[in-house]
Amino acid sequence: MSVPTQRKLLAKPARTADKIFFAVAKAAGYSSFVIIGLILFFLSIRAWPAFERQNILEFAFGTGWDNTLDPAVFNIGPMLWGSLLIAAIGVVIAVPMAISIAYFIEFLAPKPIAKTATVIVDLLAAIPSVVLGLWGLGVFTPVGAHWAQMLGDALGGFIPFLSNDTGTYLRSPFIASIVVAVMIVPLISSVTREIFSQVDKEIIKGALALGGTRESVLRRVILPTSAGGILGGVLLALGRAMGETVAIFFVLNLVFDEYNWFNLLEPQGGAIASLILARFGEATPEEVEALLAAGVVLFVITLIINAIASYIVQKAQPWRRD
Amino acid sequence: MANFHLEAKDVNVWFGARHVLKNVNLQFPENQVTALIGPSGCGKSTFIRTLNRMHELIPGAGFAGEVLLDGKDIYGEAVDPVDVRIKIGMVFQKPNPFPTMSIKENVISGLKLSGISRPDAGDLVEQSLVRASMWNEVKDRLNDPAISLSGGQQQRLCIARSLAMDPDVLLMDEPCSALDPGSTRRIEETILELKESMTIVIVTHNMQQAQRISDRTAFFLAEDNTPGHVVEFGETQQIFYGPIDPRTNEYVNGRFG
Ligand SMILES: Nc1ncnc2c1ncn2[C@@H]1O[C@H](COP(=O)(O)OP(=O)(O)OP(=O)(O)O)[C@@H](O)[C@H]1O
Ligand SMILES: [Mg+2]
Repeated sequence: MSVPTQRKLLAKPARTADKIFFAVAKAAGYSSFVIIGLILFFLSIRAWPAFERQNILEFAFGTGWDNTLDPAVFNIGPMLWGSLLIAAIGVVIAVPMAISIAYFIEFLAPKPIAKTATVIVDLLAAIPSVVLGLWGLGVFTPVGAHWAQMLGDALGGFIPFLSNDTGTYLRSPFIASIVVAVMIVPLISSVTREIFSQVDKEIIKGALALGGTRESVLRRVILPTSAGGILGGVLLALGRAMGETVAIFFVLNLVFDEYNWFNLLEPQGGAIASLILARFGEATPEEVEALLAAGVVLFVITLIINAIASYIVQKAQPWRRD
Repeated sequence: MANFHLEAKDVNVWFGARHVLKNVNLQFPENQVTALIGPSGCGKSTFIRTLNRMHELIPGAGFAGEVLLDGKDIYGEAVDPVDVRIKIGMVFQKPNPFPTMSIKENVISGLKLSGISRPDAGDLVEQSLVRASMWNEVKDRLNDPAISLSGGQQQRLCIARSLAMDPDVLLMDEPCSALDPGSTRRIEETILELKESMTIVIVTHNMQQAQRISDRTAFFLAEDNTPGHVVEFGETQQIFYGPIDPRTNEYVNGRFG
């Protein structure tokens, strides 16, 4: 028996109000792509001379930044590495803290305390980074340097990350990472708390009824179900950490001539955003182009990290597909 | 002879200041199915949760009385609630398989969650699924996500998951109320097989179901904002065909609730 031909189905909005809404939403959706594209495009145009003067790989990974030489040298390798290092360590410190805070608020704290804590955490997320930078400089640096010295003295001998023979523990990637962590903990924990509150309470009950402990239920049921959402929060935070300018500028020595691969406690490091802040004021025209080029590199790296992370989220959560 | 497998003695429950269960005394003999029936809101779910200490996880929950498993108070000072829940399994109204785990992982999830290690974990998957009478349906797709199963299959997976812990007692709170008649019948058959090896307590709103599967029945009632209590408790046949209390008679014959 033959089957009738398929009919046209009404997938588009039919009513006027609906049509307008549809058009607005569509425009807003596409405009985000357009805006990102335009930003990248105009940044790249302004930065183009810098890329023309030298190989982009050398620019991104080479060392040295000096406008007094002839010809001037503009390479951002140590800054780029520093940005990644500080953001990564910041995230490593922040994630367990943020998850613990979110867990406490959502599952342990009595209602009134949970409500107050939520407000406080969200307020912390809104502190301007210049204020955090000043706090880092004026309040935290001496304390952090003291911790760093204790760590260095105790463990520096066997753990290469923690060795330091420069004699000073100030203005190090360690201190910058902690300032960054303080900045992003509220961000991650705010997102995580929201995700936790959406975990189906029935599956938590199911896990407890099977003899789950608080720890095992968190690890085997709550975290796996919320991993995608938490990672989204971590990415937001990573973006903020990579782009952080003022706070890091206040607490870190920028060293252009050599990579500090992993000596976290030594007073030398880098961060692209802080480089831009540090140099922009007195930059020569040629240097401005190089700084814009640094901005392009930062932008692209951030996009790549986001793309990788969303790929991971998708891979790791087959049940979320479609 | 007061040797019951599980026994509730003067169980009282409060939520905040509200007294919702008063002096419930029930005995659950080994290898029998006991049905808890009664109108909505009379405290059946609340009571069944006191039997494996899930009750205390509700904020503001209060409790008085004793629950004895093999004569020992599960609320005793030295008793770890986690051990209680390992011995006394629970199946919920809404199927709640773990969405991030495969069918197989769901079956052995209890071992992981409670930190028990069994050398025969592989056999355990098959054994538990067989006992929950769903092995043949899923044996070729053990690594599929549990939520790819139908609602009835998910509920039997939840039963299998409890069985993998080898519990002495299985508590079920309206396990079939979200399921179609076919799935319901299969779960009832499973319950009748399981009672050979354990003690079962089941809450149900389905009078036919209570008669089909239970040996004893307890009728709960909460009248006019008074705390819920047991009106009548006895052999299922007697509760349905010769109830002593007129309120039981009205309820089982569908005249209220
Ligand atoms: N978490 C809770 N907090 C406060 N009160 C509750 C809570 N859970 C149940 N109650 C109250 O306790 C009483 C008994 O509720 P319960 O859920 O045990 O009834 P039930 O007999 O299982 O009803 P149903 O047949 O509708 O499932 C109800 O009055 C209910 O409002
Ligand atoms: Mg109920």
